[in-house]
Amino acid sequence: MMKFGRFLKTILMIDFITGLSIAIKEVFKSKKTINYPFEKGKVSPRARGEHALRRYPNGEERCIACKLCEAVCPAQAITIESKEREDGSRKTTRYDIDMLKCIYCGLCEESCPVDAIVQGPNFEFATETREELYYNKEKLLENGDRWENILAANIKADNPYR
Amino acid sequence: MNSFSTLFNEVYKILFLLIPVLVTVALIVWLDRRVWAFVQKRKGPNVVGPFGLLQSLADALKYIFKEIIIPASSNKVIFILAPIITMTLALVAWAVIPFSEKLVLANINVGILYLFAVSSLGVYGIIMGGWASNSKYPFLGAIRSAAQMVSYEVSIGVIIINVLLCVGSLNLNDIVLAQQNMWFILPLFPMFVIFFISALAETNRPPFDLPEAEAELVAGYQTEYSGMMYAMFWLGEYANILLMCAMGAILFLGGWLPPIDNDFFSSVPSPFWLIFKILLLFILFALVKAIVPRYRYDQLMKLGWKIFLPFSLIWVVLTAGYLLYFNLLPVQ
Repeated sequence: MMKFGRFLKTILMIDFITGLSIAIKEVFKSKKTINYPFEKGKVSPRARGEHALRRYPNGEERCIACKLCEAVCPAQAITIESKEREDGSRKTTRYDIDMLKCIYCGLCEESCPVDAIVQGPNFEFATETREELYYNKEKLLENGDRWENILAANIKADNPYR
Repeated sequence: MNSFSTLFNEVYKILFLLIPVLVTVALIVWLDRRVWAFVQKRKGPNVVGPFGLLQSLADALKYIFKEIIIPASSNKVIFILAPIITMTLALVAWAVIPFSEKLVLANINVGILYLFAVSSLGVYGIIMGGWASNSKYPFLGAIRSAAQMVSYEVSIGVIIINVLLCVGSLNLNDIVLAQQNMWFILPLFPMFVIFFISALAETNRPPFDLPEAEAELVAGYQTEYSGMMYAMFWLGEYANILLMCAMGAILFLGGWLPPIDNDFFSSVPSPFWLIFKILLLFILFALVKAIVPRYRYDQLMKLGWKIFLPFSLIWVVLTAGYLLYFNLLPVQ
C-alpha cells in the first residue's frame, strides 16, 4: 500500500506541483533584495571598512606614533616612521597601509590608544590599479576628514559596549 | 531579373521572420532571469532600460567587444564552426512554424518531420564544440549532452506519433487546424507532460542541465568558448528553447488558434495567440528551472529509456486502438 501511494505520488507529480505552486506564490511576494548601487543596506557602527586617520577638533593629528598598530598588525600591512616635531611632540612622518595586504581584522583600531586609526563604514573603494591601494598618510588623513562625522558617531555608539 | 527579385523577396521574408525571433530570444533571456529572480524573491536585472528589458542587449554588446580566444591545441575550423551550426540550426527550424493560416515561411507537407530533424541536428553543434576544444571538460560535457539529447529525442518522436495519429497529416498547419474542436492537451495530457519534460532534457535545461553541470564540468561544452562565439551558443540554446515551446504550443495547445472560438478572441490576430502560448510555456520552463534540483546522470537515462519510452509507446497503442475502435481515424 505504501509502495502504491508512492507510485501514485510520483506519477501524479504531487511534489512537483506543490513546489510549483509555492514558487508561483513566492513570485508575488515582496522582494528581499535592494537595488544596490542606488539603494544601500544598513552598515553597522562596528563595520570594518576603509581605514582613516582622525584629527582632534582643533585640526591636530591624533596619531602619536606609538606604533602599536604597526606591531599588532597580523598582516604587517602598516609601516610607520616617526620624528620629533619642532614643538617637541612625537608625530609620524610616514604612515602607510597596504590595503591589499590588510585583512580588515580591526586590530589596529582596537590597539590605538587615542582613536587615531579607525576603520570606517566605507567599503566601496575599489580601484583600477594596485598602486592606488597603497594608502599613505595624506590619503588616510583625507579619509578621516571626509568621514569624521560618521566615524565620531560610530565610536560614540559603540562606546557603551567596550 | 525576375529570379533576382524573387530572391530578394525571399530574403525579405526570411529577415521579417528572423529579426523578431532574435529579438524575442533576447527578451526571453531577460524573462528567464527575471522569473528565476522573482521566485527567489530577488529583483533580477532591472537597471538597463525599462524593467531591465535591454539587459540582453547590454550583455550581447559586452560579448561582441570581448576577445575570442581559440585554444592553441583545438581544431580551429570545427571550433569556429560549432557555434555557427548551433545557432543556424536553431534559427532554420523557425521556417516551418505557422503563425497563422497564411503566415508561414515554408508551408511544407512534412513540417513536423523537418522540425524534428533540425532539432535533432542541434546535437552536432554541441558535440563538435566539445570535441574541437580538445579539453577534458568540454569533451565530457559534449558526450553527456549528445547521449541525453539522443535519448530524449526518441520519446519526443513517439509523442509526435501520438499527435500525428490524431491528425493524419505531417503539415503543421493541418495539425493546428485539427485542434479546432479540442486542443490535444486534453485527450493527450500525459503525452504533453512527457513532451514538456523531454523538451527540458532536449534543450539542456534544469533539472537536466547535466552537460553544463558547473560543479563537475565547469561549463560543459562551452568551457573554452569566449566572446561572440559563446554568445552564439547562448543565443542558439535559447532559440532552441523557444522552438521547443513553439512545438509544444503547436502540437498540444492549438498553435495560433484562439482559446475560445468566439468573436472577441477571434478578432485578435492569430500570431498573437501563438506567441502568447509560447510565452506561457516558456514561463513554465523558467519556473521549473527555479524549483528543481539537478538529476543524477543515471537517473536521467533511466527516466528517458525505462519510463518515458515504454509509457509513450503504450500510449501510442492506446491512442491507435481507441481511434480504430471508434472509427475516428482521420485518414480512411
